[in-house]
Amino acid sequence: MKILVAIKPVPNPDEKVKVKGDGSGIVLENIKMVVNPFCEIAIEEALRIREKLTGEVVIVTVGPKDSEQQVRTALAMGADRAVLVEAGADLDSLAVAKVLAKVVADEKAELVLMGKQSVDDDNNQVGQILAAVLGWPQAAFASKVEFAADNKKANVTREVDGGLETIEVGLPAVVTVDLRLNEPRYASLPGIMKAKKKEMKVVPLASLGVDTTLKVKILSYAPPKQRAGGGRVADVAELVSKLKNEAKVL
Amino acid sequence: MADILVVVEHQEGVFKKNTLSVVSAAKVLAGLSGGEVDALILGDGVAAVADVVAGTGVRRVLLGEGAAFAKYLAVTYAGAVAEVVKGKGYGAVFAPASTFGKDFMPRLSGLLDAPLASDIVGLEKDGDALRVKRPMYAGNAIGTVELVGSPLLFTVRQTAFDPAAMGGAKAPVEKVAITAAAGGTAFISRQETKSERPELTEARVIVSAGRGIKAQENFKMVEELADLLNAAIGASRASVDAGWAPNDWQVGQTGKIVAPELYIALGISGAIQHLAGMKDSKVIVAINKDEEAPIFQVADYGLVADLFKAVPELIAELKSLKSA
Repeated sequence: MKILVAIKPVPNPDEKVKVKGDGSGIVLENIKMVVNPFCEIAIEEALRIREKLTGEVVIVTVGPKDSEQQVRTALAMGADRAVLVEAGADLDSLAVAKVLAKVVADEKAELVLMGKQSVDDDNNQVGQILAAVLGWPQAAFASKVEFAADNKKANVTREVDGGLETIEVGLPAVVTVDLRLNEPRYASLPGIMKAKKKEMKVVPLASLGVDTTLKVKILSYAPPKQRAGGGRVADVAELVSKLKNEAKVL
Repeated sequence: MADILVVVEHQEGVFKKNTLSVVSAAKVLAGLSGGEVDALILGDGVAAVADVVAGTGVRRVLLGEGAAFAKYLAVTYAGAVAEVVKGKGYGAVFAPASTFGKDFMPRLSGLLDAPLASDIVGLEKDGDALRVKRPMYAGNAIGTVELVGSPLLFTVRQTAFDPAAMGGAKAPVEKVAITAAAGGTAFISRQETKSERPELTEARVIVSAGRGIKAQENFKMVEELADLLNAAIGASRASVDAGWAPNDWQVGQTGKIVAPELYIALGISGAIQHLAGMKDSKVIVAINKDEEAPIFQVADYGLVADLFKAVPELIAELKSLKSA
């Protein structure tokens, strides 16, 4: 099966980011860029499917040339090759999805796996938009993917409010993955060595002929309201007394 | 501007209150830009939902019923909503930022080539221009966003908009015939997390447990505390990943966003991702034996203690308070 995995570099999610003083962006100096955690789960799932069904795992990302580092990480995990669509400015979800749709068509992918959300913009949009643009079935927030015997369909269990839901999707389809699908492997040292030699095709955005005019523009950023916080109580008795008499929530 | 459509969430005929906040958000837009707010319900045998929604202050309720809408599917819903939007010329579409809205709204965006702002927390005017506020980076930044094109699509963070009042004058309910096409998808099954407790997103009090709870059997203590407070139970990612709590309980950046009157965090360290889901709670209590835990930075009442000692004490205190 030919599987395309769309990934995105994000600032290390374990570090709290700050808004620039003038609100023009996020302070990214001294924050390491990593593969979006949900994308790692998508890569892992693709590798497991390839191990079972054979085929090829192609990584695609849309972004600056610097994204190569995170693409190499995906290749080091075991993906076969990569396509980096080089875009100078940030694109919105619609534009990214349209670019991905072009790559999916060029690659004749049979399955697209991607994270349900990138933890920078927190949009949770691109996979579902891509499915619409391609006219494909979608299954979002996957915690389990099982293929039918003929590999023409898959049952996808989705993490939803209220519990779990299983739907069937005909292939090709777009599946976006949630946290409990698998635990991604680390890149091995031999994997890292091999990744350096794997093919990474750099495609200039303009060469794809896709209209990427922004429809969602981020004008500025502001820090959120800060909580006072930091209050302490000595024991349970004081806690209950404060909740009752001060906060009046009991 | 053109009229506004709210897509109503229900679970096979059971109305979900998150729609009330969505109606409020839609009315904010109507107040800023004009237009009337209608609601759309898709389902099978959902007249009771239509009746509830009719009393929330919308102009009219559109009811698209049929066996093909009995089970929710993103492909069916997105296609049906697109048909209604195009047919009636709506200028904006709102849905909750739940796993329902987050699933089909982006697909609608792709079908209509229309801009979508996810998980919005505010709508404003800057002169004539509409400005949308939405959290990014696990809530560590609030972006101001401009949408270009039409219709404008929004998913709404439930905690950011006060729910619309229910039980008002009844708006007319109008049946609409809509195409249903599942486009290569089919519903197979649903495994509901059963609970007699209030829903996480609707509870006045939430008791949440993290890695410090150590084992599934220790959730009994959490349940006892929750029962005393008529609280919903939440969990951190660590508890869910460990299999101690169902996925449906996860509070955080990519799970449920909650803002109850009282949030009690037990053995939760307070990772950025968890804080993103609960830091707008009115009062936060944290019990953790690690005094350096980041959860204490957002807690109004932090108690550095072994939760296996503190929680039974708390249960005892609350019981004596109740019987007093």
